[in-house]
Amino acid sequence: MMQFMLLFSRQGKLRLQKWYVAHPDKLKKKITRELITTVLARKPKMCSFLEWKDVKVVYKRYASLYFCCAMEQEDNELLTLELIHRYVELLDKYFGSKAYFILDELVLGGELQETSKKNVLKAIAAQDLLQEEETPQGFFEDHGLG
Amino acid sequence: MPAVRGDGMRGLAVFISDIRNCKSKEAEIKRINKELANIRSKFKGDKTLDGYQKKKYVCKLLFIFLLGHDIDFGHMEAVNLLSSNKYSEKQIGYLFISVLVNTNSDLIKLIIQSIKNDLQSRNPIHVNLALQCIANIGSKEMAESFATEIPKLLVSGDTMDVVKQSAALCLLRLFRKCPEIIPGGEWTSRIIHLLNDPHMGVVTAATSLIDALVKKNPDEYKGCVTLAVARLSRIVTASYTDLQDYTYYFVPAPWLSVKLLRLLQNYTPPSEEPGVRGRLSECLETIFNKAQEPPKSKKVQHSNAKNAVLFEAISLIIHNDSEPNLLVRACNQLGQFLSNRETNLRYLALESMCHLATSEFSHEAVKKHQEVVILSMKMEKDVSVRQQAVDLLYAMCDKTNAEEIVQEMLAYLETADYSIREEMVLKVAILAEKYATDFTWYVDVILNLIRIAGDYVSEEVWYRVIQIVINREEVQGYAAKTVFEGLQAPTCHENMVKVGGYILGEFGNLIAGDTRSSPQVQFELLHSKYHLCSAATRGLLLTTYIKLVNLFPEIKTRVQEVFRADSNICSADVELQQRASEYLHLSKIASPDVLATVLEEMPAFPERESSILAVLKKKKPGRIPDDIRDSKSPQPTSTPAPVINNTTSTNSSSSADLLGLSTPPGNSTTIAGNGLLDVLGDLYTTSKISPTTVQQNNIKKFLFKNNGVLFENDLIQIGVKSEFRQNLGRIGLFYGNKTQFPIKNVHPELTWTELHKLNVQMKPMEPILEAGAQIQQMLTAECIEDFADAPSMSVSFVYNNVPQKISMKLPLTLNKFFEPTEMNGESFFARWKNLGGEQQRAQKIFKAQGAIDLAGTRTKLAGFGMQLLDGIDPNPDNFVCAGIVHTRVQQVGCLLRLEPNKQAQMFRLTVRSSKESVSFEICNLLADQF
Repeated sequence: MMQFMLLFSRQGKLRLQKWYVAHPDKLKKKITRELITTVLARKPKMCSFLEWKDVKVVYKRYASLYFCCAMEQEDNELLTLELIHRYVELLDKYFGSKAYFILDELVLGGELQETSKKNVLKAIAAQDLLQEEETPQGFFEDHGLG
Repeated sequence: MPAVRGDGMRGLAVFISDIRNCKSKEAEIKRINKELANIRSKFKGDKTLDGYQKKKYVCKLLFIFLLGHDIDFGHMEAVNLLSSNKYSEKQIGYLFISVLVNTNSDLIKLIIQSIKNDLQSRNPIHVNLALQCIANIGSKEMAESFATEIPKLLVSGDTMDVVKQSAALCLLRLFRKCPEIIPGGEWTSRIIHLLNDPHMGVVTAATSLIDALVKKNPDEYKGCVTLAVARLSRIVTASYTDLQDYTYYFVPAPWLSVKLLRLLQNYTPPSEEPGVRGRLSECLETIFNKAQEPPKSKKVQHSNAKNAVLFEAISLIIHNDSEPNLLVRACNQLGQFLSNRETNLRYLALESMCHLATSEFSHEAVKKHQEVVILSMKMEKDVSVRQQAVDLLYAMCDKTNAEEIVQEMLAYLETADYSIREEMVLKVAILAEKYATDFTWYVDVILNLIRIAGDYVSEEVWYRVIQIVINREEVQGYAAKTVFEGLQAPTCHENMVKVGGYILGEFGNLIAGDTRSSPQVQFELLHSKYHLCSAATRGLLLTTYIKLVNLFPEIKTRVQEVFRADSNICSADVELQQRASEYLHLSKIASPDVLATVLEEMPAFPERESSILAVLKKKKPGRIPDDIRDSKSPQPTSTPAPVINNTTSTNSSSSADLLGLSTPPGNSTTIAGNGLLDVLGDLYTTSKISPTTVQQNNIKKFLFKNNGVLFENDLIQIGVKSEFRQNLGRIGLFYGNKTQFPIKNVHPELTWTELHKLNVQMKPMEPILEAGAQIQQMLTAECIEDFADAPSMSVSFVYNNVPQKISMKLPLTLNKFFEPTEMNGESFFARWKNLGGEQQRAQKIFKAQGAIDLAGTRTKLAGFGMQLLDGIDPNPDNFVCAGIVHTRVQQVGCLLRLEPNKQAQMFRLTVRSSKESVSFEICNLLADQF
């Protein structure tokens, strides 16, 4: 299963984190800091997987944003890469808001829940329909996901 | 100021843009503090806030939190939002709770109530919000509160698909936290049948759940194999248009395929039903065939998804390890990837091949790719890929290619990355030892290692070469000659000096015939390095010198000169000073006969697992292929040697042996003193940790360890350190006086019933224990036959003119004479079955001491003395162990299985051995201990 997912910028600024295992905040910060440094130090042509501590890290860079998943040993690396891609596609379709909600529709408890892009978007759209008013468009965008 | 976006929450948008406009960090903090004060006053104020306002403020708090500031209020308001009927308010409430909840118990009750309401909602989106929140929090309380609702949601016919999906994964999350919550019985079949669900999303989610359930209880969920194979078959044969939106870049349902292939890896190949097995083989063949088809898209997503399925299929084939043609096919496919353009694929192919190399069916096929792998090691740009290549070379190495692989690895070592050098050194050392047919080659390899990467050659590596040279007569002369040559290099690594010193000290005579390496030359060569070396190496060299004196009396005066030099005999290093002066005297007063006896050649080392292998295992648990794991060190030519009696006894690390610390007869007293200090330190730290004054003699805890405090009261503390080898044991007792006054007439006495089964000797000790002092007493024990009664010890003494007597059991139980035994599953079960007779087995069922703690149980078993064998029992919660009890009259092989039952909080312990009394005793010792 996935242990956690991090999104961070090329400057090393953390943009989104999602943990599927419980760690104290201090440890989370430590892991995040170390992992960001490790990943940023890698050159563009290097492979997207690395053995890091006891997890398998799969990462990919999209524009200036790094998407980084920590998986368990037996998990499938290539497909994790594609999970990231699917997430990016979804964000793409739905830019500017709700990175967390979309992630919740895609992955739950560290396991992939729904792979169909259409269905995820349908779920998100259904959520929107229920919103009596607009959500603040700039909310996450301003936070750096834009 | 930019225009306010969205007419939703104006205040929020203004706040965000204010923050964005802050010029400095300080300004930002100031703005945030102002806002926090504002929100706090709003929440505390008398005016009741409406839902919209609450939502707005909670949103602001969330934003502040996401900027990295701590939030310590607002939880209550967020919980209130949960019960709102408006979706946007509910959603913000859930978001806040998912991101910011800590297990604040008062709040959790309220949250749970709100979630319960939402779970019963007829609106699937509300239900899902609730499920997502449960999964995000995933606490024990959550598991207990929703143990009935969620399984119902999962299998009920009324539930919508999207809800089912979330319910499955939510249940999985809770199951991981709290495995008891899954109902058994008829639920099992209903859960398994989710694999047949028409909705692909539901199957995807359910497969993860089933995978976890299977891991816990493989037998109960066995039915899923047939269904999983059927489902997989339908997917792989589907064309990419069949599955519509579940096709990912022309690959039909890759995630589900991979999950199903993973699920099947929990079982051995389905042999009972040949139909299922055939169908699975067809699936795997199809996957291979598709890999050969031209790509339907140039996008990397297409090839990644396709190959992800392929790699998972290969994992399953390796796991099953039963279809030679599939294994070879896998190997060929991976071989193609080795020269693929994509770094990721090359990395994975190397990794996967590493597993293939350990299967007997595909080992040869892997070897065909040796050239490419060597190239990868040398040419890859990414160190993690080179690392994989090294791992693979290590795994594919056998007798036929060892020389070449070792040679290539040595060559590469000169330029290898610093981060992988140490591991490579270990690997080269192990391969050279394991596959050496000619031990001169082995010696060459190790000396080359020291030459090329001396800094990365750990102690274990050079200890090992010395052990092997000492144990193998035929290589000694060659070793002496080679180290002599090695030492002649203008710069040589200190490790070379160590090995050289040791070997010349033992076997220098074998090359002394040649004038180029006459005794004088040997000595001067070694001594020319002396000044550049660390104190430890100098100590070793001093021992070499005295050994040379014994071998070559003609250089005695020269050596004595060296001992007498101020820098040695008056060295600031006590160890060097002592060695120099003792050796000097030894060389002066001892007759040649005495010298020859004292400085006799080292006896052969006892055969043990290569300590290097142990280091490698520690560095990379789980990454050493099996066949290498079982490797045995080469047999010595001489008969097994007596165990080296190490008088220091406190730690039997081989370094002490090798550095010769214990060889000079004169200094054993000082060393005992050191040992004592160690123990003293230990005891004082222990007493600090547990300041309770009276610690009763708890013999049972010593079942799992050899050292600790045996007895303690206000007056006296008795510590124990013991070590065991075969059927012999040495026990050090440390009596410490905790008072300000002396304790007199200390007199320990031993009694035990089975005199003919156990022999224990107690060395005499000083009867007076001064205030605050500690004295040591040694005991030796020999196990003659298996015994059940541990000896009792009573200690009488006089304190303050009042006679006292205390008694305790000695921590000397049958399990101390265990030797752990490694074996694989096959031989374990074969032996297990052989030992099935009434007279051979013993069984007990007992209640757990508290909540079942698997990790704790594991630690205890590891300390018990048997080998814990992993991955043998199909149920991962069960423990199986193997060991041999050594007694003088016989050796008794012994197997053990401990099965925890978490639901009942019980354990079942079964012990089987060739001797009834042993089974019985081991079972007795362990019962009620977990």
